[in-house]
Amino acid sequence: MTIERAEVRHVARLARLALSDEEVDRMAVELAGVLDHIATIEQLDLDDVEPTSHVVAVENALRADQPQPSLHRERALASAPARAGDGFAVPSPQA
Amino acid sequence: MNDILELSAAAAAKAVLAGDLDGGELFDAYRARAGADELNAFLWVAEDGPPASSGPLGGVPLAVKDLFCTEGVPSQSGSRILEGYLPPYSATVVRRLAAAGAPLLGKTNQDEFAMGSSTENSAFGPTLNPWDRTRVPGGSSGGSAAAVAARLAPWALGTDTGGSIRQPAALCGIVGLKPTYGAVSRYGMIAFASSLDQAGPLTRDVTDAALLYGWMVGDRDPCDSTSLQFPGPIELPARSDLRGLAIGVPAELTGEGVEPGVLAAFEATLELIAGLGARVERCELPHAPHALAAYYVLAPAEASSNLARFDGVRYGYRASGADDLIEMYTRTRHDGFGAEVKRRIMLGTYALSSGYYDAYYGRAQRVRTKIAEDFATVFERFDFIATPTAPGVAFELGAKTADPLAMYLNDFCTVPMSLAGIPAISIPCGLARPPGGGPELPVGFQLAGPAFSENALLGAAFALEQALAFDGRAAAGAG
Repeated sequence: MTIERAEVRHVARLARLALSDEEVDRMAVELAGVLDHIATIEQLDLDDVEPTSHVVAVENALRADQPQPSLHRERALASAPARAGDGFAVPSPQA
Repeated sequence: MNDILELSAAAAAKAVLAGDLDGGELFDAYRARAGADELNAFLWVAEDGPPASSGPLGGVPLAVKDLFCTEGVPSQSGSRILEGYLPPYSATVVRRLAAAGAPLLGKTNQDEFAMGSSTENSAFGPTLNPWDRTRVPGGSSGGSAAAVAARLAPWALGTDTGGSIRQPAALCGIVGLKPTYGAVSRYGMIAFASSLDQAGPLTRDVTDAALLYGWMVGDRDPCDSTSLQFPGPIELPARSDLRGLAIGVPAELTGEGVEPGVLAAFEATLELIAGLGARVERCELPHAPHALAAYYVLAPAEASSNLARFDGVRYGYRASGADDLIEMYTRTRHDGFGAEVKRRIMLGTYALSSGYYDAYYGRAQRVRTKIAEDFATVFERFDFIATPTAPGVAFELGAKTADPLAMYLNDFCTVPMSLAGIPAISIPCGLARPPGGGPELPVGFQLAGPAFSENALLGAAFALEQALAFDGRAAAGAG
C-alpha cells in the first residue's frame, strides 16, 4: 500500500509530533511497509469474534472513597521545565 | 574473577543469612564490577551501599531496568525526553524487593520506552552482548540481560511487552521469566502498552528466578487496578524429571524463519525432554502466524496514548523558543523521541484515527481473542508449549536497524504468549553458530503454560536446566 504525505502530516498533527520533510518522506515508506504486514489479518474471518482488551478476567477494582494524602505540591513541581508560582508555566496557547 | 561474583543470587543470599558472607562486601563487589561496566549495560550505579539488610533476600543487590521509577534516582526509560528525570516515588515492585532484602544496585540500559529487540534504540547508546561485543544483547531489557550474563549483577528486573525479557535472556544465555499478566504490579513502570506490559526476573538460573519472583507477587496492589492476588506462594523448584507432563510443539512457531542452528539446539532439547519422561507431541496454534500483525497494531496504539503524557509541561525535556503551546508540544516531542518511538506513535495514532479504528484496532483485538482461544484449546491436552525463544542467535550491531520489519520479526515466537497474557520462561539450551559464521552463541528455549502456572513452569524449567547443564561462564569475563 502507499500512504500520502498529506496523510502522514495529518497523523503527525494528531500525535502532536513535528516532522521534517525528510522525516515525512521516510515515515510514509516505513509505515506503508509495516501496514502491508499488518494487512495479513484482513484475510481472517472474524465476524462473530468478540474483541479482547484485557486477557485475564477481572472485576472492577474499587477502593473505599476516602481522602488520602496526595503528592506534595513542591515534589510535583520539582521536575518542571518551567514554573510560575504554584503551577507549571507554558507558552500561551494563542501567541 | 572474584569468587563472590560466581555465587548464584540464591547461594549468595543463603551465605549472607548464614553469616558466612558479609552483605556489605557482597554489595561493594558488585558495585565495583558494575561501575567498571564496559558493555554500556548500566546507565546509573549506586554510590553507597544500603544499610545491612535483614530481609530474606539477604541484601543481594538488584539491577533494575531504567523504566522502573526509583525515587531520587534517574529513571529515563532509555529516552532523551526523560534525561535526568528523578521520580518522586518508586515502583511498587522495586519497593517490595528492597524491603525483602534486594537493594538497588543500578539502572540498566534498554530500548527507548521498551520499543525494540536489540537495545540499539536507547538514547544512551547500545549495550554490547558479553558473548561477542560486536553483537546485540537483544532487547528491550538488553542492559539487564547483559549485566546478569557478564556477572555485573547477581540478578535483574526487566519488563516484557512482546518478548522484552525472554528474547534478551535467550541472546545472552540466561534465564528470563515473563509472568502471567497482572501477577506483578505495574505501578511505577513507565508504560509502553498497558494491556501487555509485565515485570519479571532475569537471572543466572531458574532457582534465582523463582526466588526473586516469589517476592514480586503477592497481594494485589491498590495502586494498579489490573494487578491480581497471586494464588499461593511461589515455591523454589526441586523437580528432577518431567514424568507425567505433556509438552506441545506448535508447528507454526518452530519451522520457517528459525535459523538452522537454533532449530537443531531446540530439537536436541525436545529429545532431552522426552528422555526426562515427558510426552512431546506436535500441536497447533492456527492463529499464531497472525500474532505479530495484531501486536504491531495493539502495542503502538496503546503506546501512542500512553506517550501523550510526554509534552514538556510537567517533567523531562522541553524544546526552547516555541512561540505557542502547540509548537512547544510538537517540537519537544520531535526532539525528545527517537526514530523508533516516533514510528510507533505514528503507527498507533494512524490505527486509532477516525475511519481506521475498526479495520486495525478492532480487528487486532479480535485476533487476540482467537490467539487466546488457540492456547486454551492446546492446554486442554498439554501442560506446556515449547518453542525456540528467538528465531536466531544474537545478531551484529546495526544489522537490522534499517529495516523495522526485520527487527519486529525477532518477536515472532514470544508475542503470541504476550497477547494471551500467559506466563513463559526462556532458559539457555545450548549454543549455535550464527548463519554468517563466527563463534557459537547461546540459544533460548521457551516454555509457556496457562495463566498462573508459574510454579509448574519453574519446576519443569528447573528439571530441564539440570539435565542441560548449560555453561554460561564464557560471558563472565566480559564487562
